[in-house]
Amino acid sequence: MSDVTSELQDNGVAPASAVDTTVWRVGTVVSAERESTSGRSLTIDVPGWGGNLAGQHTDLRLTAPDGYQAVRSYSIASAGAGQRIELAIDEVPNGEVSPYLVEDVMVGDQLELRGPLGGWFVWRPEDTGPVQLIGGGSGIVPLISMIRSRAAANSAAPFRLLYSLRAPEDAFYRGELGRPAPGLDVTWLYTRRTPDDWPRPAARITAADLAAVTIPPSDNPMVFVCGPTGFVEAVADALVGLGHPAARVKTERFGGA
Amino acid sequence: MAVISRGFGGHRRESDPSLPPGQYLTTDFPVLSAGPTPRIHTDEWEFSIATESGAVHKWNWEQLHALPIVDVDTDIHCVTRWSKLGTHWRGVSLDTLFEGVDTSYQYVMEHSYGGYTTNVPLADLMGNKAWIVTEFDGAPLGPEHGGPARLLVPHLYFWKSAKWIHGLVMQKTDQPGFWEQNGYNLYGDPWLEQRYS
Repeated sequence: MSDVTSELQDNGVAPASAVDTTVWRVGTVVSAERESTSGRSLTIDVPGWGGNLAGQHTDLRLTAPDGYQAVRSYSIASAGAGQRIELAIDEVPNGEVSPYLVEDVMVGDQLELRGPLGGWFVWRPEDTGPVQLIGGGSGIVPLISMIRSRAAANSAAPFRLLYSLRAPEDAFYRGELGRPAPGLDVTWLYTRRTPDDWPRPAARITAADLAAVTIPPSDNPMVFVCGPTGFVEAVADALVGLGHPAARVKTERFGGA
Repeated sequence: MAVISRGFGGHRRESDPSLPPGQYLTTDFPVLSAGPTPRIHTDEWEFSIATESGAVHKWNWEQLHALPIVDVDTDIHCVTRWSKLGTHWRGVSLDTLFEGVDTSYQYVMEHSYGGYTTNVPLADLMGNKAWIVTEFDGAPLGPEHGGPARLLVPHLYFWKSAKWIHGLVMQKTDQPGFWEQNGYNLYGDPWLEQRYS
């Protein structure tokens, strides 16, 4: 992992060797924002956290008063140095952990975190080539961290985001994505119900959508696709069909709990 | 000492002693992979084992199916924390495939169509513990789950059961594969919770 370590240092994020990413650290919820009808973002202060790259995730552990524990992994919506991280969680009906994080946890509550984790589905500010982001539902979370990392670094890398949602009220980060930084192009796509007067009828994403609004293979973009398994499978297949090399398409799938 | 998360614990899942630590039960079959799903036709599929002498042992689809096919019933455990109990597979034992292979190397790199790799000690593939499987639950293995053929090494976390398996290369030392270079554990024993590096 020596190459990863050196790049972490280049990013101003604590070198991996200096931060033990295998220990559980106590985090305190410092703010909570409703993002959508089923989702909420939490900002958590985690003393000892060594920062993270855009696209990485963390393990989160909850402990009940009787000692019972549950652990889940969540993508991190924030990026860079510092000990504050933001998560955005979509409630899974009948889930064990996500309903607690979306409905119950309050500012001041404590939970435990371990990470950051993952070295594949990441974007680094020194990458200057074009980037196509394609998110389905709460799959937007690691992609927003890439958008934020790009803005924080004043990167001129061309970014496009295609964000697929069931309906307008399901959007995470609607305000932030409604005021994109220069060089970031955002396209919204709705699968069940659109806003009024929306030109495209509600329908699942197709290869024609991808051909119309994403960076073409001739520009050799790095493509990041995140969302539910069916969405990711369909989009990744269509991208390869459009001529993107498989090695330029990175995917991350969300399973619910 | 873990901190208590106020108010947590009301919707806990039933604990199951057959699950490794930190796993929860699913009846779905979730997918973990890093890129698009390769589409490999069985008439172009090939599996090989390469050793330090330069020998390459190869099987095409028909040759694989001419070997003894066995039924495998097993639990599987994914590093992303889901476990699935009592899965049913059919395939060829790695003991069978290694019968004519002469090697003194103790480590293996699994190579997949699509370029992914993962490492495993040879001892973990021998002794009726690993198979090349081509059927899941009575049907041909779908591409999203690694079809036409994947490795099945169910006593390790499931990323060691390489999808779209293309070949094994004997290694003198235990080198990290694709997933292991990206943060996952070199060995991956679910009962010891060896998730990350």
